Amino acid sequence: MFKYTIKRVLLMVPTLFGAACLVFFLLRMIPGDVCELRMAGEGGYVDEDAIKTCQHDLGMDRPKFVQFVDFITGFAVFDLGESMWTGKAITHELGLRFQLSLQIAIMATLVAVIIAIPLGTISAIRQDTWLDYAVRTFSIAGIAIPSFWLGIMIILGLLISTQAWFGEPWMPPIEYVSPLEDPISNMVQLIWPAVATGYRYSAVATRMTRSALLEVLREDYVRTARAKGLLERIIINRHALKNSMLPVITVIGIEFAFLMGGLVVTEQVFNLNGVGKLFVESVQNHDYTMTQALVMLVATVFVITNFVVDLFYAWLDPRIRYS
Amino acid sequence: MKPSIKLAIAMGAGAAFTLGAVATASAAPKRGGMLNIVVGSKIPSYDGHRETTFGMIHPIRPFYSLLIRVNPDNPQSTSDFVCDICSNFTKSSDGKTYVFKIRENVKFHDGTPLTSQDVKATWHKLIFPPKGIASSRKAFYGMVESVEATGKYEVTFKLKYATGGFIPALATPFNFIYSKKDLDTHGYKWHMKNINGTGAFTFVQHQPGAFVEGKRYANYHLKGEDGKNKPYLDGYKAISAPKMAIRLQAIRGDRAQIEFRAFPPKARDDLKKALGDKITVQESDWNCVMGFSSNQKLKKFQDVRTRQALTLGLDRWGGSKYLSKIAIVKTVGGTVFPNHSLAAKKEELLKLKGYNPDMAANQAEAKKLLAAAGMAGASVELLNRAVDQPYKVVGTWMLGQWKKLGLKTTQIVLPTGPWYAKFRKKKDQETMIDFNCQGVVNPLIDASKWLSNDIASNNYANYQDRQLDKWYDQMNRTGDEAEAYSIMRKYEKRIVDEKAHYAVSFWWYKINPYRSYVKGWNIAPSHYLNQSLDQVWLDK
Repeated sequence: MFKYTIKRVLLMVPTLFGAACLVFFLLRMIPGDVCELRMAGEGGYVDEDAIKTCQHDLGMDRPKFVQFVDFITGFAVFDLGESMWTGKAITHELGLRFQLSLQIAIMATLVAVIIAIPLGTISAIRQDTWLDYAVRTFSIAGIAIPSFWLGIMIILGLLISTQAWFGEPWMPPIEYVSPLEDPISNMVQLIWPAVATGYRYSAVATRMTRSALLEVLREDYVRTARAKGLLERIIINRHALKNSMLPVITVIGIEFAFLMGGLVVTEQVFNLNGVGKLFVESVQNHDYTMTQALVMLVATVFVITNFVVDLFYAWLDPRIRYS
Repeated sequence: MKPSIKLAIAMGAGAAFTLGAVATASAAPKRGGMLNIVVGSKIPSYDGHRETTFGMIHPIRPFYSLLIRVNPDNPQSTSDFVCDICSNFTKSSDGKTYVFKIRENVKFHDGTPLTSQDVKATWHKLIFPPKGIASSRKAFYGMVESVEATGKYEVTFKLKYATGGFIPALATPFNFIYSKKDLDTHGYKWHMKNINGTGAFTFVQHQPGAFVEGKRYANYHLKGEDGKNKPYLDGYKAISAPKMAIRLQAIRGDRAQIEFRAFPPKARDDLKKALGDKITVQESDWNCVMGFSSNQKLKKFQDVRTRQALTLGLDRWGGSKYLSKIAIVKTVGGTVFPNHSLAAKKEELLKLKGYNPDMAANQAEAKKLLAAAGMAGASVELLNRAVDQPYKVVGTWMLGQWKKLGLKTTQIVLPTGPWYAKFRKKKDQETMIDFNCQGVVNPLIDASKWLSNDIASNNYANYQDRQLDKWYDQMNRTGDEAEAYSIMRKYEKRIVDEKAHYAVSFWWYKINPYRSYVKGWNIAPSHYLNQSLDQVWLDK
């Protein structure tokens, strides 16, 4: 297991370096820069000196290779530098957003797991009954409905229904409050995006749970367990469900990592100041340093999540760690 | 004492009007409450001298004062400017010396008293920045020879020549007054990340990407109607909300009370339909002109007949009628803000190419010109910005108009960054949606966009026209309004008609629906103006 772990850790280095090269050079292929946007973006008078001064201040007039070396060495010692747009430390900017995105990811994962495991199990053990069809319809709808659309419908639904019932429209808060500061306000704001995201997330996991469980239920050892008279509940819970969880865990892991930077549209819909919104803004602003940091953050989260999933696999299935 | 010294300026007798505006200051102002504003853009740095976006002005302007400002009670006027940190001013008979008396009761938020040295240091940074310090509007002050502190509370501006453009340029809302002590101690870049002003509100916090919060400054120098110090509000929060739908819903759900940029007509109608008289709407012409430029570096647009045909093909009067129902554009005008005294009157506009309401005649003439230029049935590419309001709406309309001339049209829509980059490369774009958005209505400065491209870096049509440069200079140096008006007509005719360097389509139209209990705010012809919030109060 130790050797296996070391091998997996070493594989992370070239993966992250590759991501760093890609993001650095691809970003600079997009026409335009942050200074042009800042100094000329509103269509008024443009001062060329101000643009040049800005480019110099941000080090954009240095050779690309020097900028790349700066980026790589900075990343290696966890110094992400300053945002080109705000001039503030990237760690500070990220810290604010990461807390929110992490909370949404955890809440959406909980919503997804709470929905997916029981529904997927019921669907598998009641295969081809009306219950199975209902669950499958529910989960296909979850995949088909974009979470941003669901988000918009949730907000509009709240505005319209509260106005109809109470006379004054109500919507969730649009500014984030930490759960440590005000847990109720925090929950009132974040439960809606968590549900909108968790529903789509649960749909994928429900279908995966169903198909994995169906496969396991057809295994010889399950037939043997049934033949020796074990209770169906014990067969499902103790023998089948645990063994069918490998692909489900993979899906949950990948989705969780995706949520850390991929809630771009949902964050826009609910005006959440998370990593996804920051991602969009930094790309729009040509904020190279911030975009690089975010891509590397997401790449790191993916790499670490995959690493943890691999370790989990090895723990669940001894054949993997001995191979 | 109410600081309402009206500044008489040479060029400014523009009639003020507000379409659909409401009287917002009829009742006695109440004190207290927090105002939540939604802002659709992002803050780069806090330094007004450097930045150009309303994303900075809306959240940060309330922390600062200006030397003079547009009258917050009458912002529709293009000539009504009032003292902010000055108490009064005098102008010499030759119009080349302005002496400003500075109030003696003004203190920065850190407790430092404001003197003429702070004003001088601020204006030196703005007009004569040292190398390596960006000042985005220093070209507005080409007429200024010197700024001196001529007493502890007196500042004198000496001009190279008298011009009506000076006073409006002084009132530019980005010209925050900084403390000399801060500039001397911390350097000229300190204000990019720090705030210490004399404005109505003091800085509380900024959560990047989320909100900026300010609280009432008890020692603010202006008095309210009740004789006590302004502002009326306890504080404000400027909440970042890039998506228009969220800003709209935030006002509907009362999470925010107002948005100071603008909403399209449909959003106004939806809000009014949902909330009735709980929503008040103010509307105004907007100091942003929309049009198109043709790249004269390309051979096909070097022939003036081609450019004239393209402008002739636009049905401005018909377009205004329909587009104003779906987009933030409305008024048909020339190169000068429609309500300004230097703007062309309707009968003058009608004589310009493309302004004749008889579209059959216009199209026939355009087709003839295209044929003569060898451009009949040619292809024309329009470069546009990937923003709906009003760019894509107007761009799509333009393509439809040009198709009626038999042209094969294509629209290339790019996100803002690449769009600007393509603009500024000045090489391969054909025609482009081009606009000119300014703050204070100041045609003598705003019209600089149409100078030759070696003078105006925002001339994206890439022409050199020394006649225009000469007229612009004459216009700026005359103190006589009638003469300036006459030169402006020649200048405008050459731009939009004789040379067709630029085609004006419509002026933008600003629509601000907001919660009716917000009082004291009056719509201005620009989203940069009237944002100090000292006069705003909540009727709750």
